[in-house]
This record gives sequence, C-alpha cells and structure tokens, in this order.
Amino acid sequence: MKNATYREAVRTALRRALLEDPTVFLMGEDVGSYGGAYSCSAGLLDELGPSKVRDTPLSESGFVGAGIGAALGGMKPIVEVMTVNFSLLALDQIVNNAATLRHMSGGQLAVPLVVRMATGGGRQLAAQHSHSLESWYAHVPGIKVLASGTVQDAHDLLLDALEDPDPVIVFEHQFLYPMEGPFDPDAPRTSPWRAAIRRSGRDVTLITYGGSLPKTLAAADELARGDIEAEVIDLRSLRPLDHATFVASVRRTHRAVIVDEGWRTGSLSAEVAARLAEDAFFDLDAPLERVCSVEVPIPYAKHLEDAALPQVPAIVQAAERAVRGRRT
Amino acid sequence: MTSLSVTKEEGVALLRQMILVRLFEERCAEVYGQQKIRGFLHLYVGEEAVAVGAIRALDDDDSIVATYREHGHAIVRGVPLGAVMAEMYGRQNGCARGRGGSMHLFDVSRRFFGGYAIVGGGLPIAVGLALADQMNARTRVTACFFGDGATDEGEFHESLNLAALWRLPVLFLCENNQYAMGTALRRHASDPAIVHMAQAHGIPSRHVDGMDVFEVLDATREAAAAIRRGEGPRFLELQTYRFRAHSMYDAEKYRDREEVARWKERDPIAFATRKLDGAYGLATAEVEALRAAAAEEVEASVREADAGTLEPVEDLRRDLYVRDVG
Repeated sequence: MKNATYREAVRTALRRALLEDPTVFLMGEDVGSYGGAYSCSAGLLDELGPSKVRDTPLSESGFVGAGIGAALGGMKPIVEVMTVNFSLLALDQIVNNAATLRHMSGGQLAVPLVVRMATGGGRQLAAQHSHSLESWYAHVPGIKVLASGTVQDAHDLLLDALEDPDPVIVFEHQFLYPMEGPFDPDAPRTSPWRAAIRRSGRDVTLITYGGSLPKTLAAADELARGDIEAEVIDLRSLRPLDHATFVASVRRTHRAVIVDEGWRTGSLSAEVAARLAEDAFFDLDAPLERVCSVEVPIPYAKHLEDAALPQVPAIVQAAERAVRGRRT
Repeated sequence: MTSLSVTKEEGVALLRQMILVRLFEERCAEVYGQQKIRGFLHLYVGEEAVAVGAIRALDDDDSIVATYREHGHAIVRGVPLGAVMAEMYGRQNGCARGRGGSMHLFDVSRRFFGGYAIVGGGLPIAVGLALADQMNARTRVTACFFGDGATDEGEFHESLNLAALWRLPVLFLCENNQYAMGTALRRHASDPAIVHMAQAHGIPSRHVDGMDVFEVLDATREAAAAIRRGEGPRFLELQTYRFRAHSMYDAEKYRDREEVARWKERDPIAFATRKLDGAYGLATAEVEALRAAAAEEVEASVREADAGTLEPVEDLRRDLYVRDVG
C-alpha cells in the first residue's frame, strides 16, 4: 500500500465522486480558483469546470441552505465550510432545516447532503479558527456525523457520506491535512457507522476520534513501553455512536480513558462516559478518565495552545491513573 | 365597465379560492377556540389575494417554499383541505402526519416544499431548489414566499446575492403585511422601500398591490415568464395586510383599530367581487353560491380532521432518517 497525505486522500475522494456521479457537485468558499483553503480541491475547477466546482460568496447560511435545497431538488451536494467556527453562521440551516425536514414532513423529504468542515486546533489560528464543536452537531438527531482520524478514512468516510441518503456532516481535522499514512483508494470500505479498534490491548481502553487519534496512538505506544497494553478505539461515527464497540472493549479491559479535543463540559467525552456508566458500570475497575481541551478559547501563542489541547503526556498519565490507581 | 386581464371564469376561480382560504382560516380560529388546534396558529385573513394570485400564475411543476403563515398557499396549491386541517389537529391523515402542524405543511407530490418557521430560513432552500433546476436545465420556477420581517435577516441578503450572482430561476415574493410580528415596517427597516434591497442585488423588482388578486396574477405571470426565459431571479413586493392578530396569542397592542379598519376597506375579496361585477356582471347569488360551496368544503375538512387517527407513539422515530444506521 502506498502512502499519501490526509489532504490527498480527501482530494482523491472528491475527484472520484465528482467524476462518477453527475448529481454530485462541490461548493463552498474558495473551493475553486483558490483550490480550497486547505488545498483539498486543488486543480478540480480546471479539470471539472465551474458547474461541478463552485466558488460561493462568504454566505455560510446561504450556501449551506442552498445545498439543502439542491439536495431536495435531486442533487448530491458536497458543501465545504472552511472551519467549524464558520459553520456557526450556518447552524440555522443545518439544525433547523437539514436535520428536521424528513421527520417533520412525515417522511416526504430527503436531504442527501454532505457538509465537510475542518475542525480543531494545533496550527496557532487562535480562538475563531481552532475549536472542536463536533459534539454540537452530534447532539442533533436527523443528521449523521463522521470524523476521520486516518488518511484512509479521510477518503473512505467522505465517499460513505455521499452514498448515504441523509444529511451527513464530515469533520476533517485541520492539523491532520499534511499527515502521511497508508492509503489505498480501492481498498474495500468498512461500515462508517462502526467504530474501529486501531490497536488491541488488554489493560485499558482509550476512546477517541478525529484529530486526537494520532496522539492517542502515540500515547499507546509509550504506554506499551511501560508494560501497559492499551486498546485504542476510533469512534469514526459521532452520530450515531457505535457504543456496542466501546462498551465491549471496556468489558474486556475494565478501564477507560476518553480523549476528546472538545471542552469537557457537555462534550462527546461526557456522552461516552455516560454510556459506559449506564452499560459497563459493573465491569469498571477504575474511575473513568477524560482528557479534554482546557476550558478556555484556544489561544494563539504556541505554548498556550499546546497547553490547552489534549497532548500525549496527559493521555499517558490518564491511562496510568486508570491502570495503577489514583493517588489521593 | 372596467376591463380585466382574465376571463370571467378565471376571475371567479380566483374569487372562489380567496373565499375558500378566508373561510378555512376563520374556521381554524373557531376550532382553535375549541382547543382542537394547539400551538401557534397564524392566520392569513386579509392576505388571500397574494397566495391566490401568485400561485395560480405558476405551473403545477413549479416549486413553492412558504412561511409559517402558509395554510392559504397550501390550499391554493391543491393540498387537500382535509389534509391541512388534519395536520393542525396533529392527526396522521395530516399532510405531514401531524408532525409539522400549522407552521410546517408539506406536500411533495405538489412540489409544496413546506412552511418554514425560522424567518428567512426558507430563502436559501428556494435558492438551492432553483440551483438544482438550473444544473439540470429545467425551466421550472421556484416561488419563495416570505414576509417583510425576513428582509432584515442575513439569510435574505445572502439568498438574493446568490440567486442574482448565479442567475437562478427564483421568484422572490415578499408578502409585505407591514409588520414583522408586531414591529411596524418603518420601525424595523432603515429603508421601508423593500424593492430597493432587491435592486441593490441587481434583481428586477416591482411593487404590487397585494390586495388586488388580478394585479398579483399578472405581475407573477410576467415575472415567471422572464425567469423561464433564463433572465435570472425576479422580486415582487406585494403590499398587503393581515386583518387578524399575528397569532392566537397576540393582543394587538402595536396597531390601532383605525388602521385595521382602513385596510379592511380594501378587503381583497370584496375588491375582486366588485371588479368582476364591473367587468362581467356578477350576481349576488353567484357569490353566495361560491361562499356556500366553500363553507361546505371547509366543514368537510373539519369532519375529516375529526375522523383522523393519531400516529402510533411506536412510530415516533420513524422517518428520522431515510436509512437508519444506528
């Protein structure tokens, strides 16, 4: 298998979908002439033309809503929102329309829409370009939410989202775009709605998704050097949550650490922890541990940003606490 | 004898529909009083000429996006009265299985894409429907209704810009009933000439007397024809007035009785009746017959709603997704 970057994997999926399906088109801010803020659509305008690859005005609510309307009209739009922070300007369309229309119309409407957005911090872009608000979207029934943490998933989850008949939000972590990893565009895809066990281990389960996956895997490597074998679960789908997979893992390891770049309060980590408390309470041999972002707006200065985000040492320490007990 | 652009038969059909909407709305208020309809109920009384004139100027294949004050639009579009009433009763024979209620009527078979209750929220949807038509080289028009209040929303300007930029086949129909809920136009818009906002986006626009169903019909036909010729979006500002309260919770402290009385002198049903009589002669008995037939249709819708059943609670999660994956 060849190596590729996460960015190249996204671009490969975009190009393939745009070429193969006449109803698919891409629109968003600077996806065309500029090639995408993160270069995910570089060259696609020249190759496929301005009807398939559409630069939009800076009107997040307008063009996300237009994507919903186009989906109602039989198209399969891929709408790129530059970052999750900008998507707040389109929350009305996503939450009030995309998520509600099928149920509220008694099953008459379908919204086969894919909204891609970059999320997360780590690039010193400060508090209006660095947040992780995946949990906000995962909170809302009526949409589905995917987050890719590997190069292969950056490709596969996007195609999976496009094959789904419902509105799907696909999160790409902006720190991962230059990351290299194994990539086979023709590899058989697993169900996007199932979590993946990225590493097997018997001592503790580390549950994470998206941009925190590489950090969590690095932490697992370090733990292995200290004789702790960690199992790493990549959630992949944030709505619906594949709780069977992580509950089964915790029933084997009896310990869990949840790593989430969102803020702890009201986060996905809180939801995962609650489900473990509901369904694996008697299997737990240690209190649940969480590694989340510090509850401040993500700062610009590198040392402060690093301190605000989940990092490998904190994950290692949390896993060690779970395995060896907390010092009181 | 004044002349009209429609035949007597067409004119009477317009009048008949306005009467039907009027009687339906008044009956809704009554059954609301009996607590058979709950939640918000926004009545269209006084504004009937807008929906009737505009929608009858469209083709059956055109798309419609409406607001939360959309019973009239649904009815004129042909959504069965019983299905509209049953929807408000929360029954599963409603046009959205009772899940939407008064503010969220849907009938995809008639390309009635729904009532949208976030002010301005339907406009981007209409733009997208039109985009899909343009990309598929269809000559369909998407008619998008919204009120004067929506013109203050960012989504309004975003949608007009996008529609104009891409020359999309959207017909923007601003139902200017002079109030954003209870805030008068002059108190919510820096420039109360709403057409200026459309002109700023380069969209041909005009004022229309929204109390004159014939003028609404003609203006809509002309605008829709231009859109079908590929000339891009059009914008109509339809001046109208809501005779009743904003919703059933509104004490109407923000407007005086004299103003309401002045507008009632321009009642669109009385106006159309006079015009038809002037042009063709219209006997009182003919109008009474229309009214009686409409009243019977409305009563039948109430009976249908009363006879409707509730969606089983076990179906609560049904149709959340097309494909349930978890």
